[in-house]
Amino acid sequence: MKQSQQSNDPLASPPGMISVTVDGRTVLVPRTMPDWQGRQVPTTMLQACELAGVTVPHYCYHPKLPVAGNCRMCLVEYGVPALGPDRKPVRQPDGSLVIKKSPRPAIACATPVSPGMEIYTSTPTVKLMRQSVLEFLLINHPLDCPICDQAGECKLQEYSVEYGRASSRFAETKVHKNKQIDLGPRIMLDQERCILCSRCIRFTRDVVGDDALGIINRGSYSAIAAYPGTTFDNNYTLNTADICPVGALTSKDFRFQMRVWFLKETMSLCASCGTGCNIVIGSRENCIYRFTPRQNDAVNSCWMCDYGRLNYRWIERTDRLTRPGGSKLTSPDWEDAINGIAAALKKAVPGHIAIVASARLTNEELYLVRRLAQFLGAPTDCVPRSGPADNLLLCADRNPNTKGAQLLGIAASPPGVNLPVFARLIRNGTIRSLLVFGEDVTRHGITADDLARLDFLAASDIHTNGTTAVSHYFLPGCAHVEKRGSFTNVHGRIQRFEKAVDPPGLARPELHWLRELVCRVTGQSMGGTVESVFEAMRAEVPAFRNIAWADLGDHGVATHG
Amino acid sequence: MIAERPTLKLVDRLYLTAAWNGFKVTLRHFLGRKVTMQYPEERWAVPPGYRGAPYLVRDQTGRTKCVACQLCEFICPPRAIRVTPPGPAVDPSTGNVEKRPRQFEINMLRCIYCGLCQEVCPEEAIFLMQDYSLTGCSREEMVYDIEKLLALGGVHHDHVRKWDRVRREAAAQETFPPQTAS
Repeated sequence: MKQSQQSNDPLASPPGMISVTVDGRTVLVPRTMPDWQGRQVPTTMLQACELAGVTVPHYCYHPKLPVAGNCRMCLVEYGVPALGPDRKPVRQPDGSLVIKKSPRPAIACATPVSPGMEIYTSTPTVKLMRQSVLEFLLINHPLDCPICDQAGECKLQEYSVEYGRASSRFAETKVHKNKQIDLGPRIMLDQERCILCSRCIRFTRDVVGDDALGIINRGSYSAIAAYPGTTFDNNYTLNTADICPVGALTSKDFRFQMRVWFLKETMSLCASCGTGCNIVIGSRENCIYRFTPRQNDAVNSCWMCDYGRLNYRWIERTDRLTRPGGSKLTSPDWEDAINGIAAALKKAVPGHIAIVASARLTNEELYLVRRLAQFLGAPTDCVPRSGPADNLLLCADRNPNTKGAQLLGIAASPPGVNLPVFARLIRNGTIRSLLVFGEDVTRHGITADDLARLDFLAASDIHTNGTTAVSHYFLPGCAHVEKRGSFTNVHGRIQRFEKAVDPPGLARPELHWLRELVCRVTGQSMGGTVESVFEAMRAEVPAFRNIAWADLGDHGVATHG
Repeated sequence: MIAERPTLKLVDRLYLTAAWNGFKVTLRHFLGRKVTMQYPEERWAVPPGYRGAPYLVRDQTGRTKCVACQLCEFICPPRAIRVTPPGPAVDPSTGNVEKRPRQFEINMLRCIYCGLCQEVCPEEAIFLMQDYSLTGCSREEMVYDIEKLLALGGVHHDHVRKWDRVRREAAAQETFPPQTAS
């Protein structure tokens, strides 16, 4: 009896844990939890409520930003165990604690929990406080939801449904501010809609390290602005549009393009550099409207860079390859093209053939290239791409899958070192056949004159380029948003992505036709799905040995490479 | 069951009685009250509240009231409506409303005249009017574009004109101390 009472005692919790009661439900929460920088700090009431499955409405709090505590939306009531004159907790006759309710509320986002604390989030007082806070926030809000890009994912809209009033009691004229402020090259500010939560200020100051934004003026005239003489133009500005709880900061790229409730959300990855930020693709009717970051604490936290976010327009370019072709293909037919290439490859002599594969192809596709290369005895390489890196997310390696290409043995070490060798061997006549997957080698040291010396040249890419123009066979490929697969980022984390839109014309994912080519050339049979190719790959490649496709989940796993 | 076939008499087999009975019916309607309307020369009076074809309207100042919020497109059960939002390019003519549809199409072959678009519209920009007989020579012709919809919709007298009020309020606050907006 005493034992069970002991175990129910909120003051006697396991080491490192605190027992708190949220709306009558007792939960054990860690004494400390990571803050926005990952440092262990005392657990707050808001985090304890999240762990208890109770959502506390909030605007200014963001798990990846310093706590500001200025919106007051997360006010809750709480009580702590009452202490007697001997500084010992007072107990009821049945042994339970006497809780002394605090006379005033506290903001859940910035108040640490203490042992035995009781948090009340659904009392009439708390509801009234939320209603009052919301009423104050809406005093000068323009309520122009019909023309606001945030409508549909706006916290002010959501909480207005729960805690708002049907009509305003504010009889005075609203304060009007500037609705179209050009903050920077990619961000537009509507000062009227802003609720001054300061998330954007904290993000750009503390996460990016570019102290560009601040609040000017006083009282109802307070407004967000860039410091005089500066523009808000760092590489992470568009994240402020994501974290803005209202429609004050909007992306110029997405502004007035499409209402968010029409967008189909596809889990994907950013393919603009080797970091492999997790993203959600917003598309409607085969048209991509925006990329937004998806939280993955092992890779990109909640952020992504503007460079990667806006790097999608090329997918809809009009010079996409939409059908197989080439000088030796009489009709744009996949069967003829695959047969023609397979017949030529069967005649190819080992030592006289080379393969250049793009590090923008998926792990599965590069694995098929590896099978082909092993059968043909062909040396392989990738084309390296690099650009300036920054200290947050953007990586100097601008290929999304260089690491995968290295683990699969496609990329030379360092990547691209074989390309001049290939060029020399083509010129002296050693290499008679060349396969190019997803690259334009004429821009990387192998000239069109070199390519003209070859007996056989097959190429694939997304757009028409110098190599496909002179190739005997060319095959249309897919952008990564048009297919499924996985990439391995620079840190060796393998992550999968899903298909968002259909490829144009007769273009097919590289995986499909590479598998057909491999089966046709080697005579082996092989499953045609991404999953089955992945299974074959992990049976053969040590770096992927213990990883099943299903293990990748939404956030990926680290390889052993 | 076996149906008994009646043996017809001579007077029945002549068909004259049947014809005569038919003429009697015709004669009765010919002399009685006329009920047939000479459509399309004559038209019935459309009752108020009738849900005819949905059209877009302008306000009395000539402003296209639609702001391309796309709620009608979202609510439309047969998906007859398609709105193309303006995109990021700033159109100075839109003033403080900022948004105006670049294209607004209603496929009248799909429309079921349910009136949800009118009900959902936060700007009172689309109304089900009195047109009930829509014709066209092709399917493409039955997809009404924004010019056609605005021309057919005409002017809706707006007593509130909320965007104008906002503009007046904002202009009054340009001076200090702020003047009281009228």
